[in-house]
Amino acid sequence: MQTIDVRSDTTISVTVNGEQQAITVDVRTSLLDLLRERLHLSGTKKGCDHGQCGACTVHVNGRRVTSCLTLAVMHDGAEITTIEGLGSPDNLHPMQAAFVACDGYQCGYCTSGQIMSAVALLKEPCGPDDADVKELMSGNICRCGAYANIVAAIQQVRKST
Amino acid sequence: MHTFEFVRPADSAAAVATAAQAKTAQQGADVRFVAGGTTLLDLMKLNVETPARVIDINRLPLDKIEATPDGGLKIGATVRNSDLAHHPTVQRDYAVLSQAILNGASAQLRNMATTAGNLLQRTRCVYFRDTAMPCNKREPGTGCPAITGANRTLAVLGTSEHCIATNPSDMCVAMATLEATIHVQGSKGARAIPIGDFHLLPGSTPNRETVLEPGDLITYVTLPPPVAGSRQVYLKLRDRASYEFALASAAVVITVGGGKVTRARVALGGVGTKPWRSPEAEAALAGQPINRANFRNAAEAALRDAKPQSENAFKIELAKRCLTHALQMATV
Repeated sequence: MQTIDVRSDTTISVTVNGEQQAITVDVRTSLLDLLRERLHLSGTKKGCDHGQCGACTVHVNGRRVTSCLTLAVMHDGAEITTIEGLGSPDNLHPMQAAFVACDGYQCGYCTSGQIMSAVALLKEPCGPDDADVKELMSGNICRCGAYANIVAAIQQVRKST
Repeated sequence: MHTFEFVRPADSAAAVATAAQAKTAQQGADVRFVAGGTTLLDLMKLNVETPARVIDINRLPLDKIEATPDGGLKIGATVRNSDLAHHPTVQRDYAVLSQAILNGASAQLRNMATTAGNLLQRTRCVYFRDTAMPCNKREPGTGCPAITGANRTLAVLGTSEHCIATNPSDMCVAMATLEATIHVQGSKGARAIPIGDFHLLPGSTPNRETVLEPGDLITYVTLPPPVAGSRQVYLKLRDRASYEFALASAAVVITVGGGKVTRARVALGGVGTKPWRSPEAEAALAGQPINRANFRNAAEAALRDAKPQSENAFKIELAKRCLTHALQMATV
């Protein structure tokens, strides 16, 4: 193996929502900006750009991460899932359906991140109570204050699976 | 963000050799390792850190948790905080570590952050994070505006006239009570650093936060064999219920026999310029009957040298109550 020098503009290969892509990026490009600006997947939102709000939450190799706080070049070869890859209007993911049923949003800006975070939570160790869900969802903030319904949506999915 | 050269070395030796070319491993380093990136990229976006070269260590084989021959635990540098916190051996034998990690950050950040990165976590002081402000840590000699400014979340222990910045890590406070050892691969070979010696007090050089030199790569952390019968608690007090740094926190690892303390390890978070192991509290607890008065006594000893800032005097009493309560929780 050799040291790979990856300079200012580099080409990486990522699989996004099941589709493999080769993209040339400025090395400073965050994963978030790769998804939104280069791949035009604008479902993932930029809220704070510093990993503090969770609006940019996506799955990298199955784990929820804040995509603003990681570089695209660090994820060469990774599998990334965004909200667009979770479900479609005609074929909603159960979590998306639960958010609709429980009215888990107002303006919708945090919602993609909330749903991506919640779907990942289903596969993480989490106690049964609302308090446990709130704790594990604390990285996703909602200025509209839809928290009660967000928690209800998540618990509805947890109880049904 | 300033541009940089992004390098992915084939092995640790190449990583060390590349980083050894840096002028410093401390604040403002020209070469930085990136693992989770949750501190580094945050600071690079603020131009507080402006490395010319970033070395990605995520693909090096440093991501395992294994038993050591002496019955302890070896934790790879790039083990994710969430994996560490949920590891069955950690939950069973080093519960204070699991509790501390799960009390920190958010689930997303815990999935990204690593053991080594958490050891190197930087202060949240607003002046440090703002390049428009003077800051002795970021630019030595420019002054410390926090001393006469917004210092509610800053330190009361280990401060100097040059810097009062708090170390915000929860993991490090727990690791202090577990007497962790940090293993470093450097350009002159490998060495082992007890965690108590790893972080530096600010003194007159707040820009120097650890003993690391250029080229030094943390490769793993070891914990000694678990102490039989120890009760372990991490208690964190803060303005919000979750996803917020400590105003004061306490880690305790305590063994009790015949109603008396037979062994105690105590450390405080949120109040010190480094993770604050308290030999004063430990000495005050040794051999004492377990009761609230003795716990409070130990807490008084721990905070005896605390110096309040203009906005955080409350932390002294808060930390005392935090430690007292943690000891109660551990010995109930």
